[in-house]
Amino acid sequence: MNAIINIKQLLKKSTDIFKFHGGVHPPENKSLSTQLPVGELPLPKKLVLPLRQHVGNIPKIKVQINERVLKGQLIAEAEGNISAAIHAPTSGVITAIEDAVIPHPSGLKDRCVTIEPDGKEEWIKREPQDWRNGDLSTLIKSLRLSGIVGLGGATFPTQVKLRANTKSDIHTLVINAAECEPYITCDDMLMRERSEGIVNGIQVAKRLLGAEQVVIGIEDNKPEAIAAMQAALGDTDIKLKVVPTLYPSGDARRLVHLLLGKEVPHDKRSTQVGIQVFNVATVLALYRYFEFGEPAISRVISMTGNVHQPQNFEVLFGTPLMHLVNAAGGAKPDTSHYIMGGPMMGFDLPAQDIPLTKASNCIIAASPTLFEPQPPAMPCIRCARCADACPVSLQPQELYWFAKSDNFEKAKDYQLFDCIECGACSYVCPSDIPLVQYYRYAKSEIIAQDKAKEAANIARERNEFRLARIEREKQERAAKHAARAQGAKATKKQSGDSKQASDKQAAIAAAIERAKAQKAAEGNAPKNTDNVSAATKAEIDAIDARRAKAGLTEKQSKTPAADADKQAKIEAAIARAKAQKAAANGTSSKTSKVAKAPQADVEKQAKIEAAIARAKAQKAEADKIKAAQSSTATKPAPQADAEKQAKIEAAIARAKAQKAAADKAKKEPPKE
Amino acid sequence: MLTALYIMLGLALFLGAVLGYAALRFKVEGDPLIERIDAILPQTQCGQCGYPGCKPYATAIANGEADINQCPPGGDEGVHALADLLGVEYKPLNEEHGETKPPAVAFIDEDVCIGCTLCIQACPVDAIVGAAKHMHTIVASECTGCELCLPPCPVDCITMEPIEETPENWKWRYPTIPIKPVMKL
Repeated sequence: MNAIINIKQLLKKSTDIFKFHGGVHPPENKSLSTQLPVGELPLPKKLVLPLRQHVGNIPKIKVQINERVLKGQLIAEAEGNISAAIHAPTSGVITAIEDAVIPHPSGLKDRCVTIEPDGKEEWIKREPQDWRNGDLSTLIKSLRLSGIVGLGGATFPTQVKLRANTKSDIHTLVINAAECEPYITCDDMLMRERSEGIVNGIQVAKRLLGAEQVVIGIEDNKPEAIAAMQAALGDTDIKLKVVPTLYPSGDARRLVHLLLGKEVPHDKRSTQVGIQVFNVATVLALYRYFEFGEPAISRVISMTGNVHQPQNFEVLFGTPLMHLVNAAGGAKPDTSHYIMGGPMMGFDLPAQDIPLTKASNCIIAASPTLFEPQPPAMPCIRCARCADACPVSLQPQELYWFAKSDNFEKAKDYQLFDCIECGACSYVCPSDIPLVQYYRYAKSEIIAQDKAKEAANIARERNEFRLARIEREKQERAAKHAARAQGAKATKKQSGDSKQASDKQAAIAAAIERAKAQKAAEGNAPKNTDNVSAATKAEIDAIDARRAKAGLTEKQSKTPAADADKQAKIEAAIARAKAQKAAANGTSSKTSKVAKAPQADVEKQAKIEAAIARAKAQKAEADKIKAAQSSTATKPAPQADAEKQAKIEAAIARAKAQKAAADKAKKEPPKE
Repeated sequence: MLTALYIMLGLALFLGAVLGYAALRFKVEGDPLIERIDAILPQTQCGQCGYPGCKPYATAIANGEADINQCPPGGDEGVHALADLLGVEYKPLNEEHGETKPPAVAFIDEDVCIGCTLCIQACPVDAIVGAAKHMHTIVASECTGCELCLPPCPVDCITMEPIEETPENWKWRYPTIPIKPVMKL
């Protein structure tokens, strides 16, 4: 019986780890950077913080140039659902908000905020939170301001991963401490030196997620880290599993498979099967945020490879690359370039003056001796070694053919998007084909095509909507026209039938005309001619008369009853002239004093005459209107004819003036 | 003898009824070929093909009135896709209809714009906002780069800006093997 139990236990132990398909054993080179403890860097002269440091939306800048910021102050706020905030890594002054080269394989520029540190390291008011007993939703909400992202390299905002705690039914929390890529030792050193904080961080994540069990996975090539973690765990219910060293066991899905024996479906996230995965560095950042109120402003980075003193450093985000290289004793003379990330999945940095970000877990100084230049690719011999090495059980050789010939549909059919770009296939390829490069090319082409397709669909929709709108407007206009035509017909009929309507209309027209006549009579009376001498007055009148004749005075010719007015004025002028003559004959004296009195009388008379004439004209007008009223037809009155003529004349004059102006403008050279 | 005839007659009637029902039940509205051609076209609505839009061009192709190589924005890939769909021979792009240009969006110089609304009327996808005597602007995300707004502008304030490469839309390049001289000549 005992024997059977023993065998059962043995079996259980042997099946404790669930091996995944494929994987490779590249030379580790980890001991290079584990000889020294995690070092501190002196403050650099400037910190350049790219806004693009995480997966998702670009955060919104909340500071201005020349503004002084404190350590931990919010510089950019998370925008939209998937985004992360950015904080000032030290106190200083914002000196620039501009585009600069960011650590990205494209080597393109992107928006960055530059801080010049003042060396005071002055913190904002830090607000620790009680993560052990505090309200879960408040704690999770506050994470949006933490700026914490997945520090394993994926840089997915942590707030998003923890957000759905109440809805999700996550039962298992997996802590990724495998660190399978060669050269990288930042998680190893973190576990050796800060295991207490990590264990607290695991408790934070466990409480926020409501997970029932926690499993830590560490590769067996880190015995010191395993020992430190075991000591820190003590008698907690957190399980620590040692996994065999095999690249890429640090991939989240591979690790879930290794530790739990569960395969996350390829089209689902691990959260959909109740598993959440966090990196050790991420949980430590969580702990520091809640326990001390420190947002994400720094991380541990391995500086290794072709430098004099490879070491891990606690690096503020935004620190220039060369600052870190110099802290590690400087690069050896034959250094050709720098790699960010590991040698398997990392990329060559496009420049040396770039900042380090949340995604930088390791910087490798590369030299031709350390990394032999890629030999020219030979033809694929269909050995299928890549298929044996693929941890996702894909057919890399098929994907390669499809990607190479731009046969993207087929590549999609062969699950190109399940490829994790781990580089195991390229590593084993005897023909030295850069397989992953082909997959990356195909993936980004497919993504671009999908985006173009989506844009085309939107354009089609908008075009169809526009055409429909134009058609609708046309119909509406046609309907309106039809309605108006019908309406006009109806009114015509009505006017023919009933006298009442036309009477009313005539009355309105008469009223309008009367008002116009009155206005003209008032408006045309000269206002400043009371005190001028008789001679000037005569002159003015003569000019007025001439103007009226020539049809130049628009206002006069435009106004109704202008003719009558004109006549009256002419009469007045004649009367005045007569009076003047009489006065000149009567008194030979030139002094106006004497002449004024009789002249005034004459003037008065002339005015009276003019008034009489005007009254007559008005009467005549009224008679005409009466005549118009009596006749049922809405014929325009003879006076209206005169008015019309005057209007036409004025219009002709205006047109002439316009033409002249246009001619003048034509003659002038056109403005540039 | 008669039984066999009746059976055959009955079968014919039954099957005829089934076919008739199926013809009504599964009637295809419109010509799916036009939709499929339209799906390949880039929906720029630029009219460079000689038709007033992508849909009319697709209809013309389906009716055999137009050739498959008249769409410069679709490029060589578009012609290949059309040739595959229609089962016809590939032809290089007809240069009469213009050449393929890199993707661009229109840009209005807002200092020069007089607010005449002519470009708004020309835009096939309603990607320009503005009102009479008010400055206009392009909704860059909706602009297809058709260039139809350029000719009507009386003050020539619209320019085509090529879409810049950013880390957001950057694409991995096709792997190439650098060629090095083996020996000096």
